[in-house]
Amino acid sequence: MSILVGPETRLLVQGITGREGDFHSRSMREYGTLIVAGVTPGKGGQTALDGSVPVFDTVSDAIRETGANTSCIFVPAGGAPDAVMEAATAGIATIFCITEGIPALDMIPAVEMVRRAGARLIGPNCPGATSPGSAKVGIIPGSVHRTGGVGVVSRSGTLTYEAVQAMTDADVGQSTCIGIGGDPIVGTTFLDILELFAADDQTDAIVLIGEIGGVAEEAAAAWAAEHLADIPKVAFIAGRTAPEGKRMGHAGAIISGGAGTAASKVDALEAAGFLVAGSPTELPGLLRDAGYRG
Amino acid sequence: MKIQEADAKSLLLAQGLPVPAWAVAHTPAQARAAAERILLAGAGSVVIKAQVLVGGRGKAGGVKLASSTDEAERVARAIIGMDIKGITVRKVLVAAAADIAREYYMSAVVDRAARRILLMGSAEGGVEIEQVAVDHPEAIIRHHADPLLGLLDFQAREFAFAMGLAGHLKAAVAIAKGLVRTMLAYDADLVEINPLAIVRETDAAGAAVERLVCLDAKVTLDDSALPRHPELEALRDPDEEDPADREAREGGLTFIKLDGTIGCMVNGAGLAMTTMDLVKRAGGEPANFLDIGGGARAEKVAEAMRIILADPKVGAILVNIFGGITRGDEVALGLIEARAQQTRDVPMVVRIVGTNAAEAAELLEQAHFATAASLDEAAAKAVAASRGTAA
Repeated sequence: MSILVGPETRLLVQGITGREGDFHSRSMREYGTLIVAGVTPGKGGQTALDGSVPVFDTVSDAIRETGANTSCIFVPAGGAPDAVMEAATAGIATIFCITEGIPALDMIPAVEMVRRAGARLIGPNCPGATSPGSAKVGIIPGSVHRTGGVGVVSRSGTLTYEAVQAMTDADVGQSTCIGIGGDPIVGTTFLDILELFAADDQTDAIVLIGEIGGVAEEAAAAWAAEHLADIPKVAFIAGRTAPEGKRMGHAGAIISGGAGTAASKVDALEAAGFLVAGSPTELPGLLRDAGYRG
Repeated sequence: MKIQEADAKSLLLAQGLPVPAWAVAHTPAQARAAAERILLAGAGSVVIKAQVLVGGRGKAGGVKLASSTDEAERVARAIIGMDIKGITVRKVLVAAAADIAREYYMSAVVDRAARRILLMGSAEGGVEIEQVAVDHPEAIIRHHADPLLGLLDFQAREFAFAMGLAGHLKAAVAIAKGLVRTMLAYDADLVEINPLAIVRETDAAGAAVERLVCLDAKVTLDDSALPRHPELEALRDPDEEDPADREAREGGLTFIKLDGTIGCMVNGAGLAMTTMDLVKRAGGEPANFLDIGGGARAEKVAEAMRIILADPKVGAILVNIFGGITRGDEVALGLIEARAQQTRDVPMVVRIVGTNAAEAAELLEQAHFATAASLDEAAAKAVAASRGTAA
């Protein structure tokens, strides 16, 4: 099996009638994802993707009519936190929020509502997740993947594609690849994903791709040292040359008060038994060095 | 976005927090006039503080006392124009010097790990809180606001008692709630009062009183929320934003100027940081961080190239594009257009993979661009090219 997305995924796309929603929905379906519904308030009763997907006014309607269990959100920043809360409250189990540029304070109540509903939120400002050969939710290009046993978790978009492509080129396949998002407040952390990978029988090795800012990589490293001691673990950290006090594109990528540096993360990961790559292209080789045979 | 102390104080004052009066002076004469008003009103001396967006002003000599108008003018003349960590001081804040009985620290921040607003306080104010966190972590009081309801009265009271502010409970509760209110009102990432101080004052009847007041203020605003606070855009300090950073921001690009010689143009923030890191690893120094964003068109690429080339130190340019939403051939067309317009000949190494990479490769080959297959190779070639230029 894989985690978060797979053959059981019945996808609802919030914002399916927008330009981004339409473009990426087509790409997701082409990859094999089952898209059962779209939601655009005011367009209920219409269809999307050339008449093949019913559009509903509310997430509740969409779940009742189609049995959707996963949502992918392409709603603009002003409405995205509300879309997250609507999905969680209506009963969606796994919510991917792709939207970039949501004010951090707007995500605090949204994350709390998701927690109270017992749902899981990935993102915001994330590229989504792919379980190669099965399904993808989000915007990761399907072409970078190959089926295999490495679980990949990252805070980035294109850096993830770069790393995964390097693995695929070296015949190192993936169980599931997940981008958790580059914002300061995200629904799911590195540690949460490592827990899911630890329980997944298809995942035999871990690649963690972090960047400066916050201490989520350090927290994940400490957990992995204890719970993932016996499987190959490899990491890459972006931002070794980033100056302090500047937001490096991602809202969450900032070194403040001397905390959140690349050096701190590399040290924590190495202490936890990760091999840390100096370039994304070294990841497949290090996986082999760490004993990955998939 | 960082804002100056004087602007941060204005935001706190607007939210009802106790902030002693101040004036901003751009010239020694203005500082003298401000000091005169304050001294005539009965203050024994004034404090003159450099207004710069970097920490450590005091240590750098940017905060001084003056007890006469002559001295205030002299001190202001010394501070205005002073260089603090590479920033030239262009203005000072002038305020009555407080008679401080005790200093505290109080702040509200976005706690990324807990995904809540965190209130932090310490009875060791006036010093760097990062140092307190290292030396005496137990001296820092932490309370989270409720994620749905905000900071409740009882939470603010518990916090005030834990800080040892029982003697000023009402004021401390009002300030704690005011910090969270300020944060929510303006979408701030950080609202910090250091020091928060008990000061001795004389009331109208001439009796000595003690009051809890905000003597300094630091506020940083969430860039993602600025579109819904257009009035806060006026607080962006043009004196401290690099002109290239501003031009890029207005063009919808994320650009940060650095000190090196190799210009970088990349799509995606994580990949842009990685590209800088690999330039450094290959023995070079990146000249900038630049994320052209997803789905960038030819014009945006050309604009990005103009901004990179405006830096005279740039001796080579590395373009690294992993096409997902972004189409490689669009980027190639933008590069060809930009090179046709460029006024100085800087070697360029281009790597484009992903969506429409084959079309991009054909365009680049016809236009005789130097290309690279892997990111590591691209970085090495760009570093070598920059040395060739320098030699």
